[in-house]
Amino acid sequence: MPNAFWCIVEDDRNGSPKKVMAEVIGEASRLAPGRVEAVWLTDKASEAGLKQLGEWGAAKVLLLEHAALAPYRSEVWVAAAAELAAKEAPKAIFAPVTSRQREFAARLAARLGVGLAADSVGFALDGDTLVATRPVYAGKLLSRVTWAKAPWVATLRPNVFRPADTQPGKTAPVERPTVAAAGAQMQFVERREEVSTGLPELTEAETVISGGRGMKGPENYVILEELGRVIGAAVGASRAAVDAGWRPHRFQIGQTGRTISPKLYLGFGVSGAIQHLAGMRTSKVIVAVNKDPEAPIFKIADFGIVADLFEVVPELTKEFKKLLDK
Amino acid sequence: MKILVTVKQVPDTATQVKIAPDGKTIDPTGITWIVSPYDEFAVEEALRIKEKRGQGEVVAVSLGPDRVKEALRSCLAMGCDRAIHLNDPVWATADTLATAKALAAAIKQEGPQLVLCGRQAIDDDMGAVTAQLAELLGWPCAYWIMEEAIDADGKSVRAARQVEGGLEVFDLPLPAILAAQKGLNEPRYPTLKGIMGAKKKEIRDVKAADLGWASEPPQLSIVGLQALPPRPPGRIIAGDVPTAVKELVRALREDAKAI
Repeated sequence: MPNAFWCIVEDDRNGSPKKVMAEVIGEASRLAPGRVEAVWLTDKASEAGLKQLGEWGAAKVLLLEHAALAPYRSEVWVAAAAELAAKEAPKAIFAPVTSRQREFAARLAARLGVGLAADSVGFALDGDTLVATRPVYAGKLLSRVTWAKAPWVATLRPNVFRPADTQPGKTAPVERPTVAAAGAQMQFVERREEVSTGLPELTEAETVISGGRGMKGPENYVILEELGRVIGAAVGASRAAVDAGWRPHRFQIGQTGRTISPKLYLGFGVSGAIQHLAGMRTSKVIVAVNKDPEAPIFKIADFGIVADLFEVVPELTKEFKKLLDK
Repeated sequence: MKILVTVKQVPDTATQVKIAPDGKTIDPTGITWIVSPYDEFAVEEALRIKEKRGQGEVVAVSLGPDRVKEALRSCLAMGCDRAIHLNDPVWATADTLATAKALAAAIKQEGPQLVLCGRQAIDDDMGAVTAQLAELLGWPCAYWIMEEAIDADGKSVRAARQVEGGLEVFDLPLPAILAAQKGLNEPRYPTLKGIMGAKKKEIRDVKAADLGWASEPPQLSIVGLQALPPRPPGRIIAGDVPTAVKELVRALREDAKAI
């Protein structure tokens, strides 16, 4: 439908939308009730996945299903999405911040000749003007931006927006528009899986544990992983720890790493350098444990314990276990 | 092989930023400017490609006011052969798309086989210019690359991009554009010889008219900047470790409802 708010589906590559889509659909529904359409580019969508999008409140699913759409390549996705956008004339195009959606949204905006607000953390709709809020300058300031014309393209930071409530039994009609899948210039070679830690992914996790220079060495992260397993948290690291070679770069939280916004952040031996804060300061509850009472992280922490992390972590693991076993 | 690297000059992370009286920009007084860290990975990778192939040219390009010359000079000191400075007041309010259009026009004039960019600039963190350049040039593009290798003929590049849960490897025919992720390499420090040599290297000033640039309003504009709302004051939990930890767990469960 014209003037719809599109939500570009991020899926698990196995036919199901990721739960971050509840947040994207939730925010779009708040801004444009009844006009939210899920647009899904995939090689295979599952019935359960389509049902899920309806239950989150999408009024319609536009399903572009084609073998050439996986693995994701911007040139193929953008050609297909732009062709559909020309027919459908959406008002807004929202996507969650993920590695591929950041590229896709930017390239699509260029194709459509419109503005992009990446990594947005808030929206305000006033008549026919949408204003997005996004952190800038290492999260030290917030920038409010607006578009010269529609469609308004934006990516949304995960864990910031209130997810749509699941409405059991609500279904969305599925349309399967035909669009040309353009021939790709780039050819897929292989996918190399990371060694799985068995813990949640950093940017998606609701609880994140982070270990800094105070961890003293790579061998000590096992105590954080143990705690992570008890409370279902991802385990990351500060730049100091990554640059020291204790953890691979994919675990780095901060300006030159991942930006996270969990419900609960627990920092151990993290000093709280500006560049780390840039990647985690939108966390809802911040806990800091550090021997140094002057560590800057205490300035933004909701709860702090000034003590040796090697005493605190095992104790905390024990206490959480007691609490969660109840 | 000619390689072009796009760089942006940004405030140093540790620099205090203050909102200017216009409410939309930052006050430049007292700001320390640096080359955006991700762009340094791009510069380093371009230099390594040239060194490995034993020939080629690396050109650094940046858009911005006069102060940007300093950033270009650091790229020259690292080893870039020459630099292009897109320096025109019409670009003062350029959004990512206008920036990409100006850069794309310069790239078309230069005709490189490869363009390397940083994943995102650490001032506005938009991370859009690489993808937008790819679109405007009609080139294949790989984001967040952790490794790359150009084939012996210089016809294609194999790039591994970081995605959630792993790396995805693609072959991209050249010309192509890549966005550098941290972990791609360790950027070199300029040597004294490099710094001295950089003074003699060319930084060419390019005006909008030189690119046949038609003035157009930005598609995205800044309404205003604001300081972060202050976080509510935190609480240091005192006491011996077992007592403090018990209290923390209680507070997280009952007061903050975070677990």
